[in-house]
Amino acid sequence: MLEQVPLQRLGHTIIVTLQGDLDDATVERIERAVTDEVAKVRARGVLIDVSGLAVVDSFVARVIARLVGMVALLGAVSTIVGIQPAVAITLVELGVPMDHVHTALNAEQGMARLRRMWDDTTGYRR
Amino acid sequence: MTPLATAAEPRAPGEAPTLVQITGEADLLRVRSTLRAQAQVAGLGLTAATKLVTAGSELARNIVRYATHGQGVVLVETAEEGSRRGVRARFSDDGPGIVDLGAAMTDGYSSGGSMGLGLPGSRRLMDEFEIDSVPGRGTTIVICQWNR
Repeated sequence: MLEQVPLQRLGHTIIVTLQGDLDDATVERIERAVTDEVAKVRARGVLIDVSGLAVVDSFVARVIARLVGMVALLGAVSTIVGIQPAVAITLVELGVPMDHVHTALNAEQGMARLRRMWDDTTGYRR
Repeated sequence: MTPLATAAEPRAPGEAPTLVQITGEADLLRVRSTLRAQAQVAGLGLTAATKLVTAGSELARNIVRYATHGQGVVLVETAEEGSRRGVRARFSDDGPGIVDLGAAMTDGYSSGGSMGLGLPGSRRLMDEFEIDSVPGRGTTIVICQWNR
């Protein structure tokens, strides 16, 4: 099933598109695949697009937060983009801590944010 | 990827509830799709429906994690009160029950290595939340979300 993990590369960035109603095993498989891919291609950024998720429960949120932590340990930065308003409201009321997770409204702003973050960490401007 | 679970036919007010058997993690998808379909029948807004489906997912996962053999039953129906409508769902299992209900309803308390948000978080998301647990006998949780 690994080949069905929705990953794309764009320069130094890996784009992960989460869509539909994901079961727990699929979410964990995607987490593993992204971590492997970041290490393999030495990606500098990961853009996680959740605009296709109508529901994010505490399990999915926890896996996403954990993934962001793993990516950071591998020396790359992550941004979550496209959280639906109803999902945002629900996550806040549910009480899921997402403090260390960077977010952006859409993919374009997310890419800009990733670029700023790695400029900050490397002091390198292009 | 797992195909979308097919929801049971949503129920009109007064009809017998839809029953979803939980025997494993894959059934979470069926619980979510059943609640979503029922939310549509009851005319819940997007935010109310999202909260309902999320809370249902938390409670169904609790059954998979903590109930005996991860088994339980979810009953979903349309609730009616005056001119408003809602979705009522009953999650029951005959698992070990919850010894310290006060602790279990507190943020961050978990006996299973999770974030411990399932029960207190679900209560915050729902208009109505009732829990009844007898140690050694099982747990029943009834939630309800109204369209206004």
